[in-house]
Amino acid sequence: MDFIVDKEAQTVEITREFDAERDLVWAAYTQKELLDQWWAPKPLTSDTVAMDFEVGGRRFYAMVMPDGQRRWAVQKYTSITPKSEFKFFNAFSDENENLQLPGSDWTFTFTENGDTTTVRVSIYNESRERMEMIIADGGFRKGTEAQLQNLQDLLAKLTADAETAASHAAE
Amino acid sequence: MKRDVFQAIADPTRRAIIALVALQAMTPNALAEHFSTTRQAVSKHLRILAECELVTPEQRGREIYYRLEINKMKKIDEWLEQYRQIWETRYEQLDEVLAVMKKKQEKSEK
Repeated sequence: MDFIVDKEAQTVEITREFDAERDLVWAAYTQKELLDQWWAPKPLTSDTVAMDFEVGGRRFYAMVMPDGQRRWAVQKYTSITPKSEFKFFNAFSDENENLQLPGSDWTFTFTENGDTTTVRVSIYNESRERMEMIIADGGFRKGTEAQLQNLQDLLAKLTADAETAASHAAE
Repeated sequence: MKRDVFQAIADPTRRAIIALVALQAMTPNALAEHFSTTRQAVSKHLRILAECELVTPEQRGREIYYRLEINKMKKIDEWLEQYRQIWETRYEQLDEVLAVMKKKQEKSEK
């Protein structure tokens, strides 16, 4: 799996190859009964309350914590090219589908390579200072993808600098 | 209110402060020389960073030096790793779902 955080483009990109043909992979991403089986990383579960997979439609679902607590989110489908690409606008919400903005734009691209299928997910954040709970997308801590993007480069630099400084100090 | 560490890092001035104190512990005055803002503004940023425990003030004689808490920064790195891990787990689960789907498909084709 490739996991790339691009600070400049304000995107997170995740690429992964699956050992299945494209029809199956597409179905797993676009049918709620299948989505609920894998979208939430254990021990969380995904509960899709409503889903109409068409442009203008949406998936309204909750990430359910082990203690039963729910984090709601809405994914509005903005573009669908069957078996090849779809996009949605993702935002957290309350239990009545009132959106908590800003959100993020997600693009899913499906490429078939013989018996396997590669899926690329690109997540673009509207606002770099966007605050949200990754927890709702299956995380366990607070934060934002946008801020993660800022962090990647910074951390690499800081850690390197600090280690250089520390090694100099030790000399 | 407990400050949010990621909110602290979202601010460009605070990121610049972190980058500077990563090189060496610095006083608010020394830091302020690097910015066009006032010393007061820099002090305010430092206070926020200190509340998040990203920097620690150290009294040295009459001066207060701020130094970076490297371990805290490493924790953020771990946090990023955790976000990646979420996708790993999610996709391992998808592997299983796809394997079951494949079996069903093969059965129905027979």
